[in-house]
Amino acid sequence: MADRILEVRGLKKRFPARAGLFGRPRGWVKAVDGVDFAIHAGETLGLIGESGCGKTTTSKLILLQEPPTEGSIMFQGRDITGLAGAALMAYRRAVQVVFQDPFSSLSPRMRVEDIIAEPLEIHTDLERAAIRQRVAAVLELVGLPSDVAPLFPHEFSGGQRQRVAIARALATDTKLIVLDEPVSALDVSVRAQIINQLEHLQRTLGVSYLFIGHDLATVAHISHRIAVMYLGKIVEHADSDALCARPMHPYTKALFEAALPSHPDDRHAATAVAGEVPSAMNVPSGCRFHPRCPATMPICSQVEPVLQPRDGGGEVACHLY
Amino acid sequence: MATLRGGEAGRQSRRARIDSAPGARGAWGVRLAPPMSIRSRREAPLAAVVILAALVLVAIFADLLAPHDPTLPVPGANVFDPPFWMEGGSTAAPLGTDFQARDILSRLIYGTRVSLIVGLMGTLVAGAIGTLMGILSGYIGGWVDQVIMRVTDAWLALPAIVFAIFLAAMIGPSMWNIIVILGAVYWTRYARVIRGEVLTLREREFVKLAEIAGASKLRIIKRHILPNVANTAMVLASLTVGVVIIAEASLSFLGVGVPPPQPAWGLMLSEARPTLLAGQWWLTVFPGVCILLIVLATQLFGDWLRVKLDPQQRNL
Amino acid sequence: MSFALRAGETLGLVGESGSGKTTTCMSIVGLLPRAARIVGGSVLFEGEELTTKSQRELRAIRGRRIAMILQDPMASLNPLFTIFRQVAEPAFFHQRLRGRSLRSRVQHLLKAVRIPSPEWRMREYPHQMSGGMRQRIVGAIALAGGPSLVIADEPTTNLDVTIQAQYLDLLKDIQRETGVALIFVTHNLGIVAKMCDRVAVMYAGKIVEQAPVRELFDDPKHPYTRALLGSVPKLGNKDPLYAIPGQPPNLASLPSGCAFHPRCPEALPRCADEEPIDFHPGAGHAARCWRLDEHAAASHGRSHS
Repeated sequence: MADRILEVRGLKKRFPARAGLFGRPRGWVKAVDGVDFAIHAGETLGLIGESGCGKTTTSKLILLQEPPTEGSIMFQGRDITGLAGAALMAYRRAVQVVFQDPFSSLSPRMRVEDIIAEPLEIHTDLERAAIRQRVAAVLELVGLPSDVAPLFPHEFSGGQRQRVAIARALATDTKLIVLDEPVSALDVSVRAQIINQLEHLQRTLGVSYLFIGHDLATVAHISHRIAVMYLGKIVEHADSDALCARPMHPYTKALFEAALPSHPDDRHAATAVAGEVPSAMNVPSGCRFHPRCPATMPICSQVEPVLQPRDGGGEVACHLY
Repeated sequence: MATLRGGEAGRQSRRARIDSAPGARGAWGVRLAPPMSIRSRREAPLAAVVILAALVLVAIFADLLAPHDPTLPVPGANVFDPPFWMEGGSTAAPLGTDFQARDILSRLIYGTRVSLIVGLMGTLVAGAIGTLMGILSGYIGGWVDQVIMRVTDAWLALPAIVFAIFLAAMIGPSMWNIIVILGAVYWTRYARVIRGEVLTLREREFVKLAEIAGASKLRIIKRHILPNVANTAMVLASLTVGVVIIAEASLSFLGVGVPPPQPAWGLMLSEARPTLLAGQWWLTVFPGVCILLIVLATQLFGDWLRVKLDPQQRNL
Repeated sequence: MSFALRAGETLGLVGESGSGKTTTCMSIVGLLPRAARIVGGSVLFEGEELTTKSQRELRAIRGRRIAMILQDPMASLNPLFTIFRQVAEPAFFHQRLRGRSLRSRVQHLLKAVRIPSPEWRMREYPHQMSGGMRQRIVGAIALAGGPSLVIADEPTTNLDVTIQAQYLDLLKDIQRETGVALIFVTHNLGIVAKMCDRVAVMYAGKIVEQAPVRELFDDPKHPYTRALLGSVPKLGNKDPLYAIPGQPPNLASLPSGCAFHPRCPEALPRCADEEPIDFHPGAGHAARCWRLDEHAAASHGRSHS
């Protein structure tokens, strides 16, 4: 069993909503409300969900952009919340991110070689020559010729910029890359290039990915395991194949039904789920999904379901099972 | 394998890429022909560059160019001699003489030094202080931000010239004192604007990327924030140069600028005040035109510089 | 380029950024930016030629007989006016409805796009509604004039997956009920698979393949279409994706001959020299590719050269 690179337990994050009189918050937005998952070395965990489900906040917590309200995040067996100093730097060295928008995630006034070299300059004291070598090596890894190093980001296309972002994420010996919708802003014909590149890199370097996305087909393709989030909680997670073969949670089923067909003959009838995602401030009682669930039972509005094991090495939280 | 285009083709294809980014240019995705004004701005504004270059050369080579000593009367001339093309003028004092029979042309030439040095250096000082304060205020935030902002509020509440006069009266006028004073008076304009830029920049993804990578605040300021506000700072500088030059002229006009007998354009205007209605127009018009020229030239140049420095702006 | 559409049919216009799909739609309704011009061809709408009409005549058509739904609902809706006012506007101007008949028409439209509690929703403002609802309002505005053609330009790109599904089902139902023809502009082949009867694939400003939707997915004739289909991840299928090398071309500096040839895995020497013409490998199926000429030549035993 590959060892766990990242393990998240009971993660919670809430934000104060609207300061009331005297600055006391009038309510809480429970963006992430008790999330557990683990990522193993060399594997991709796909995190899927719609707006308001908490996947972006989860990534911020893992990247230590925000401190969690509760819960623990263990990286290579050590709790990283509350880290400071050298330990924090070691974490930052090993965990990087690639953002969605290739046009704004690269510093416009820095040359590509400086952009990629930055993590190296921060974390190592290699000399310029060694850094330049590493930059060239990493550029080759992502499929870009090493002579593009002195260019500026605006001279590249979207797909190429994402490659630069990936190169930067790999510059130090990264163990985990958080990919936040890395292909959503790219042209369709370029997406496949990037996805293939990411898969290739994982095979060669053994790096793990947390792949956050909203397109089921893309996430299912690249991920080994998938976790489905709804309103701050994981409602189901399993191996990618098992989940696709047998989605169990009604929300997961809704996502699959809502997914666009890949062939005209796969058109299905109207989707079963109605309404929209409620606000994270007024989370429904019991099971969060019950107001929209086609299979809701009386117990669903009273008791919140806990995660139970399912096939494919995962769990599902639903009173149906 | 991904191919990369360079040079002109690269710029053209980049344009298409910027326009063709999904959703990046609005729902239309239609490529528009760039408006004429932006295309023609790619060449340096010839007039501005010529004027500025000429003024700089005049300032440097004042000793060689000026026909007479600007502080002494022209030998053989009378007071209030008109320019040479008028009755009573002579080519000894081509633009006329002032109330002490000093050569206007020579005074203008030497006055270039004061205007350029005080104007440019004053702007530099103001810009440096203001940019620094703006960055600290915007990026570090918290109480640092509060303190700096309150100070700028207080500063801005005072009318600049009055403040400058006050300071000049306190520490005594001399060229360098005036530079420092003007810098101290005008930095607040920079600070506010730069702070606004920094606040936006702070939320940009590439800054967040650097934070996640573990970069220290200093590093982020140096490599990410500073280069991206440099543009705004330079545009502001080009605007402020004019203001500072006029401020210096005003100070000289009011008698608290660079002390006589060092010639300064503002001082010349002040000295010419009594003659305004008496008909000796050359005493006011020529210094006035010089001030006009330098301010105009710096404005045009600064605007061109802004467009040239920001390659992405060029295509908007 | 040429294509045709019948009442009640949905045509999918597929292409990536820079393919010209949006420009095509804008030129149909005469909404091109000042720098662009239609240089040739005709647009026949219900038998009328649109290219020769004045802006005034086109204004009478736009919103009434041809409607558009754009990508960003926040950009299409005016934040200062109530929902009622915005939905009522086309009916007010084009059909001259007033008072009670106007109100009931607005309510009817809001019900048609499945906005719950339309009576008090119509007094609200766009910012008070969610993205999915806003897009439905845009749909209601589009339908308000009673159009026979609706052009939808990537209307679901910013929507959540389940909301997108609801919206697309809604469009299909409306189409069934009103018989309106739909042009769906998208880069997403999944939407095409779900919604369209016919598909036109665009590349570098030209339609490279046109076919009924099943034929396009089952037997694509143009290498670009094949490559696109191969590069999209499919649920339940973990085979490696086919990645088209390179980037979509810049319309200002197109490659010689066939615009796709630098990226085409099946390019012939001829493709770099001559631009291919339309071939018709089947009824209602057209594709611009020299490869089809080979087949035609081979199967006809070189009867023409």
